[in-house]
Amino acid sequence: MNEQSILAIVERHRHRDGPLIEVLHEVQEQFGCIPAGAVAAIARGLNLSRAEVHGVVSFYHHFRTRPAGRHLLQVCRAESCQAAGGRAIEAHAKQRLGIDFGQTTADGRFTLEAVYCLGLCACSPAAMLDHEVHGRVTRESLDALVDAAAKAG
Amino acid sequence: MNVTVWVPGDAGALALGAQATAQALVAGARAAGTEVRLRRNGSRGLYWLEPLIEVETPAGRVAYGPVRASDVPALLASGLLDGRAHPLRLGDIEQHPWLATQQRLTFARVGRIDPLDLAAFRAAGGYRGLARALELGPEATVNEVLESGLRGRGGAAFPTGIKWQTVLRQPPGRKYITCNADEGDSGTYSDRMLMEGDPFTLIEGMTIAGVAVGATRGYIYLRVEYPHAFRVLNAAIAKAREAGGLLGADVMGSGLAFDLEVRLGAGAYICGEETSMLESLEGRRGEVRVRPPLPAEKGLFGAPTIVNNVITLATVPTILANGATAYKDYGQARSRGTLPLQLAGNIRRGGLVERAFGLTVRELLEDYGGGSMSGRPIRAVQIGGPLGAYLPVSQFDTPLEYEALSAIGALLGHGGVVAFDDTVDMLEMARYAMEFCAIESCGKCTPCRIGSVRGAEALAAVGRGEDRDRQLALVEELCDTMLNASLCGLGGMTPFPVQSAMKHFAEDFRGRTRGG
Repeated sequence: MNEQSILAIVERHRHRDGPLIEVLHEVQEQFGCIPAGAVAAIARGLNLSRAEVHGVVSFYHHFRTRPAGRHLLQVCRAESCQAAGGRAIEAHAKQRLGIDFGQTTADGRFTLEAVYCLGLCACSPAAMLDHEVHGRVTRESLDALVDAAAKAG
Repeated sequence: MNVTVWVPGDAGALALGAQATAQALVAGARAAGTEVRLRRNGSRGLYWLEPLIEVETPAGRVAYGPVRASDVPALLASGLLDGRAHPLRLGDIEQHPWLATQQRLTFARVGRIDPLDLAAFRAAGGYRGLARALELGPEATVNEVLESGLRGRGGAAFPTGIKWQTVLRQPPGRKYITCNADEGDSGTYSDRMLMEGDPFTLIEGMTIAGVAVGATRGYIYLRVEYPHAFRVLNAAIAKAREAGGLLGADVMGSGLAFDLEVRLGAGAYICGEETSMLESLEGRRGEVRVRPPLPAEKGLFGAPTIVNNVITLATVPTILANGATAYKDYGQARSRGTLPLQLAGNIRRGGLVERAFGLTVRELLEDYGGGSMSGRPIRAVQIGGPLGAYLPVSQFDTPLEYEALSAIGALLGHGGVVAFDDTVDMLEMARYAMEFCAIESCGKCTPCRIGSVRGAEALAAVGRGEDRDRQLALVEELCDTMLNASLCGLGGMTPFPVQSAMKHFAEDFRGRTRGG
């Protein structure tokens, strides 16, 4: 990350109304997270205080301050998935990857996150791996997904 | 030879392998010397049959489902591309009782057309509503919505026409149309299905709202968990602009301007609350605003703003096209029109059921849902998302309409119905409701921020059998405080699932052993 590239992103959005969240989305897309150094640059570029920018970054679950692993596995914890055996899938995902929600494996390969509804409630339990959606997840299908992702790198 | 096959591009169908099915189909047919012309539609909403594919034959579209990639070779061998017999053959899906008994007004086109085919949209009645609104002019358009009896489908059920009237009566100047597409309630997916399956309907609805109240700019606030809908909406908006005169400086030659853009949320359930959504659209923390002023008077960037849910706005075109009376003829009492119900959780035949208000919970669960997926008895349903009450079997004859549910202390919300079988631990569900509130609280008011944390702790203690009576009394007190003193519905409604669980499933709070 360098300040120049952050300011370039800010420049692309500053003409829009209420641009901060749009800027943060693009920064995260480009750098995998909102790096600590980016906050000051964004604040300067948008004429906001650093506290305001930090406040927004820390408010939203989607924004991360450290990059995720190479693969991001999101398992739904909401009611519909719980009703269809989602608790067992949550436990299996944690056990399989050896990490808890919000953590990344030591080899940097997987990050596991809880999500609260993917809108796939007619095919619960649901999960999303690297932006690909999966429904009626079983322990076996989850293993197959993780294996395939691990093989990919 | 050349055959057209429809394979849904809907996220729910993709989650069940529709992409692999499509690929297997194209490759398998090609190997046999036939080119498949693949077309993508939305989902018909019969998710237990997804991936549900439809083959175009001289006799019409012939459906097969559920078709996994591994089923494709055998299907091709038995004459799938000619619509021949096979155990997975469903025939004309619109004659399937599950669909034929529905009353699809808002979802009339979803699953039938290519979501990005503007010509097909218009051929199927699209933009007739906007044309009529332009003829009628602002006052009469707003009156039409008022007359139809349409109430906000996001959950609050506020009469849409009154909201529009308030914005219309504000002095001319900057006004906004905002669409709340932050569909965060578990068990709901109708917004997603509509945005992915028929995005022009939403664009048309927002444009009607714009010309009706004199707003020139619209925003769709979409949750970041819906990447498929994001792509479809953006592509549809670009097409509506390119097509000349559906969005832009001169809408359908009326001389009126309206344009819109999609803004992505960032994973905060609270941003489904309207004032929190407005804060987020302005690029700030999604903390709720104190009302008054109402958003209709002082909303986005301080200007008069309509905030409506996806389904509300997507229902406006059919109301304008066919008239308020035609819409109002559906439904009962003060719940007029149709409601897209969403069957979810532990259910055999999950999916979207659009019917006039009045279907009972039992009819929905049994006639459409076919009972639980696990085959065990359904013990509870939660209606209306994580802030909705849990209903026991004894309340399953309640009609699914606003006042009837309100009378038993429940709510319809966004129309999601989540079924639980008899292995459910209702104490744990109550504790989870508090935990969810704690995770998602914006932190602005104390009853929600602290009450939820203490509530989850107390219910966890009950689960461990510690000081049960005192902890349960504390939960009751916390619920009372949250209910009466929270700024918005998150803290104010979290007591609904908690208290209904405690009331109707008291045995789970008294040391009932799981599954016993």
